Amino acid sequence: MSVDRALEGTGNWLDERLGGAKGVRVLLRKIFPDHWTFLLGEINLYSFIILLLTGTFLTLWFQPSMTDVVYHGSYVPLRGVRMSEAYASTLHISFDVRGGLLMRQIHHWAADLFMAGIFAHMIRIFFTGAYRKPREINWLIGIVLLTLGMLEGLFGYSLPDDLLSGAGLRILEGVIQSVPIVGTYLAFFLFGGPFPGHVIIPRLYIIHVLLIPGLILALITVHLFLTFYQKHTQMAGKGRTNTNVVGAPFYPYFLAKTGAFFFFTFAALAIAATFVQINPIWLYGPFNPVAMSAGSQPDFYMGMLEGALRVMPNWQTVLWGHTFAWNVFVPALVPLGLIFTLAAFWPFLEQWVTGDRGEHHMNDRPRNAPTRTAIGIATITFYGILWAEGANDLIADHLDIPLYWTTWIARVTIFVGPVIAYWLTKRICFGLQRKDYHLLEHGVETGIIRQLPGGEYIEETRPLDEDALAVLTSRTSHPALPSGERAESEVPPPGMRGGLGRVRERLYKVVTESVPAPEHIHGNGHGNGHGDGQRAETDGTGGRGEVAGATGAPTESHPGEDQH
Amino acid sequence: MSWITARRRHPAAGYVVIAFVLVIIGTAYAVITSGYASAAPQATPNSAQIAEGRSLFLANCATCHGLYAEGTSQAPSLIGVGAAAVNFQVSTGRMPAAELGAQNDRKPGRLNATETAAIAAYIQSLGGGPTVPSPAQVSSAGANVGLGQQLFVADCAACHNFVGAGGALTYGKAAPALTAATPTQIYEAMLTGPEAMPVFNDLTITPQEKRDIIAYVTQVRAQPNPGGFSLGRVGPVTEGLVAFLGMLLFLVLAALWITAKHGKAHE
Amino acid sequence: MSDTNSPGATGGGDPGRASWPEYLGGESHGAAAAAGGSGRPEDQGPPRRVIGTPSPAASRTLLAQPDGGDGEEPVEPFTPPEPQDPVRAGKAERIVVACFVIALLAGLGFLVAYSLIGVGSLTATLHSNLALGGTLSLVFLLLAVGAVIWVRYLMPTVEITEQRHLMRSAETDREAFKETFEEGAATSQFVRRPLVRRTLIAATLPLALIPIWVLRDLGPLPDKSLDNTVWRKGLRLLAYGTGRPIKAAEFNSPGALISVGPEGFLADDDAMAKAAVIIIKFRPGELVFGPSTPPGHPTPANVVIPNWTVDNIVAYSKICTHVGCPAALYEQTTHHILCPCHQSTFDAAQGAKVLFGPATRALPQLPIGVDAQGFLIATGPFNEPVGPSYWERS
Repeated sequence: MSVDRALEGTGNWLDERLGGAKGVRVLLRKIFPDHWTFLLGEINLYSFIILLLTGTFLTLWFQPSMTDVVYHGSYVPLRGVRMSEAYASTLHISFDVRGGLLMRQIHHWAADLFMAGIFAHMIRIFFTGAYRKPREINWLIGIVLLTLGMLEGLFGYSLPDDLLSGAGLRILEGVIQSVPIVGTYLAFFLFGGPFPGHVIIPRLYIIHVLLIPGLILALITVHLFLTFYQKHTQMAGKGRTNTNVVGAPFYPYFLAKTGAFFFFTFAALAIAATFVQINPIWLYGPFNPVAMSAGSQPDFYMGMLEGALRVMPNWQTVLWGHTFAWNVFVPALVPLGLIFTLAAFWPFLEQWVTGDRGEHHMNDRPRNAPTRTAIGIATITFYGILWAEGANDLIADHLDIPLYWTTWIARVTIFVGPVIAYWLTKRICFGLQRKDYHLLEHGVETGIIRQLPGGEYIEETRPLDEDALAVLTSRTSHPALPSGERAESEVPPPGMRGGLGRVRERLYKVVTESVPAPEHIHGNGHGNGHGDGQRAETDGTGGRGEVAGATGAPTESHPGEDQH
Repeated sequence: MSWITARRRHPAAGYVVIAFVLVIIGTAYAVITSGYASAAPQATPNSAQIAEGRSLFLANCATCHGLYAEGTSQAPSLIGVGAAAVNFQVSTGRMPAAELGAQNDRKPGRLNATETAAIAAYIQSLGGGPTVPSPAQVSSAGANVGLGQQLFVADCAACHNFVGAGGALTYGKAAPALTAATPTQIYEAMLTGPEAMPVFNDLTITPQEKRDIIAYVTQVRAQPNPGGFSLGRVGPVTEGLVAFLGMLLFLVLAALWITAKHGKAHE
Repeated sequence: MSDTNSPGATGGGDPGRASWPEYLGGESHGAAAAAGGSGRPEDQGPPRRVIGTPSPAASRTLLAQPDGGDGEEPVEPFTPPEPQDPVRAGKAERIVVACFVIALLAGLGFLVAYSLIGVGSLTATLHSNLALGGTLSLVFLLLAVGAVIWVRYLMPTVEITEQRHLMRSAETDREAFKETFEEGAATSQFVRRPLVRRTLIAATLPLALIPIWVLRDLGPLPDKSLDNTVWRKGLRLLAYGTGRPIKAAEFNSPGALISVGPEGFLADDDAMAKAAVIIIKFRPGELVFGPSTPPGHPTPANVVIPNWTVDNIVAYSKICTHVGCPAALYEQTTHHILCPCHQSTFDAAQGAKVLFGPATRALPQLPIGVDAQGFLIATGPFNEPVGPSYWERS
């Protein structure tokens, strides 16, 4: 068979030089759990690879130069117009290089998809608690990748030096300039003088094609290695515990599936690049500092910052001959800075509050971690409102809302919205928990109505199957904090002392607040003896089964939980 | 019993009566007010047109603009705005205004070209003003489209967007999209500065430069989108929506398919 | 046919390895979990196997144990060679082959389309993009669909359970590591000889600073650059784009606006980024005037300086004082200047004072007059820095 020959040939050659038959075999047999949400991270990986491929194509024609030229190329409406070489070369790629426009569009769509995928992936990780020990490092790497991605995209779409992205650079310069003490220096160093200067495009170019991609590549490598080495988390299900991985081996299953998903990612990008126009720089025209367009927005992943700039009231302080431009550097640094800082500290914050320092390899169901889910939704609400405000003039125009109203609505809802979202989400989580426990206690409705001899009508229910049972009974138990009941005169244990300790205790109660799980799991239908009871006693009148330890609430005596 | 009496209880009877009365009143009014037609003795086509314009003006415009176009609290004076302004407003359907709102938007015109010209001639006769440009004056032949682009992005795009897709103004107003505007209308708008739009007279932006701008607008809006659907040509906002609701959703569905267990009913 | 290769919850059976805390699936439940549930026969899912992962220590040994060090070798293959449903697999195979064949044709189609369809105009580019993108999309879409059907229907379904081990190393390993590290530290004399250590660290400190130090020449110091524009007394105002000077008598339509720049600098982007100006014509009585002031002198806020206007023509800096976008959206009915970037709104009749939005300062007014021929000229520079705020701005 050719497989044998391949192994004897190439495989042998490599093994004689590198060894590794044993190590690679372990890798080949590594088990990967399966869930559709686990593929979200791959969207980013494959988008990045496609960015590298299409980006390399573009570098073969792009001129990162701000030297002025007068255009005489294929795009008629701009003939005779003064523009930079960067812009002219982008027009050249679009209209005079076969496949050039396609590559430009795939590249830009891939950047958008990379960022959209990061949001989706990060949200999945957060809401399932997959950032918990031992994966905090990966979580932090992810936040850095998100930041690098934003910067990479910003610099990338600024390279063609068109009117829209040039306005973005102007805003960037104005923001940097407003930073106290060092702002003007930073701005002049970055731009090589006053705006626009002649060096910003070449500098952004090398950052965009070399520095940041190198960093991203290195971080992605570490990110993936850690995922392999620590093994992937898994969703609750039959036979799945915190101490095992259930799934299919890397070779050939995961390889095949991930390969298929790579093709799907490329297909999605190719379809978008064929049928949906993106970044039509010829319509925007070349950058000039006198011109401006209505409805100027950055790419969506910068939209939140744009909204923050729009929503901020015009506050500034002039003290001792210096200006504190709150109206500029506060919206630029504070909202996103808050979110990123909270995100970076979150795993450790959660560990401190819950006292949970164990390894977690099972994904939480969001409803079973109501506080985390509620805080997550509140943060997304905050982000989302600012994001929408970034497009407020388009919203005003197309939805017929007066322009200033959009800003006032945003100013109020960025504070009110997250609070309402937190409360609402928590209540929804509790409601979902109750629904789960109702199912556990009463089984699944079959829709079969039966009349009892006494005249009463009942609906038959059947017990849940093993998989559903495993899912519904999965709960993160929290270890008990070393507090318990103690007299006022007793010294609290370490970690619970002082003001901080009291805060911790209060937070612990909030975080672990949950609907208490039912004590009895439904074994079979009400009042009859049919059905194959799980672990229940089956008798003529229908007993009820019990599964030990199916409590999720924290207790002092046995915080353990049976994962059957 | 007469024919009418027999039908007095017909469901449409009431409507017929009202319609009849309205016709009577309207005709009577038109007859009575037609006495305001200008008493110029010559019957040149010009003055007939002006007379026609006068009566149309009274019927459609005077309630807001005043009996002699002198303006009221609801609408400005039209003395001196010129035929160009009238032609712009009426041919785009903005006038006669249906209701008083933040601004008047383009809508299907109520008055046809002849009536528009008549009213325009009448207003022109009141106080002069810019005249309607001829087709040659708005032609794009030989125009410098590049200069048009430069002027457009410096002076027009801030309201109307790079290619004239429109934009928001304050207090519920909006700069309209330029997709439906004819070259004549674009010229007239620049010349007369309708509503909130600034005025660009022929000495500030010469007629040739206006032609350059018109050439740019009309050429760009007619050109195909080589990259696919244009998403309104408003920029990254719609692109971001496509990224999330299009590509990401597609890939989520793909992921669901790849990882679906077969042979198991969903709980 | 389930096998566990270790009696306890700790995969690999390493001595000295920490065990899982109970609330995370520790000792008493591990084995039971590994046994795969209740074992009801009605669940006819895929064959389930349980394996243990080899401990890292075992996998690193060069001398392999007879069974490869990963416990008992299951009798059956790890992954079965044939799918469970051969009939469906046969149908699926046909579909997969069809997908790949069409993908092949589409790929060839891409090459042909590239060779045949040229670009160089909008329409040609449109056709080229559709052809190249369409074929490329087909290739990947069909590869994707084929691959998925392959995995789902041609490959047998398996579900295998693998034990995890705690990430934390075994205590003995940690001890050994600690010993090695401390031994090495002692041998290196790094700890024992503080002077050597400290001077080494001190010597490398400048090296850490050098990469930042050498960036000093990235750009000039801002100095007074942000405080001034190129506007000077006598410079004519030229319309941007056309480059024509503007006669005050010709710029006479109330409600008119045009973007202008200083003569000689229209093509200098660095200058225009601060020197862009808009002029607006008002009707008599609309402007709110303040006191006459010599050009360049401080002026009160919220008023137009009358001797800086010409016949109700007023000139303002076009550079928004928020973050520097050109603000040329002008509503002649309300005389508001609206910056489209972040909706800062200025009242042009009242010295461009801020009405709404994030801008903190009014647009500076440029003092203008007319020269001998009646063209608009600047009669002095701005009396304050234009554009966004910065630290050194007082």
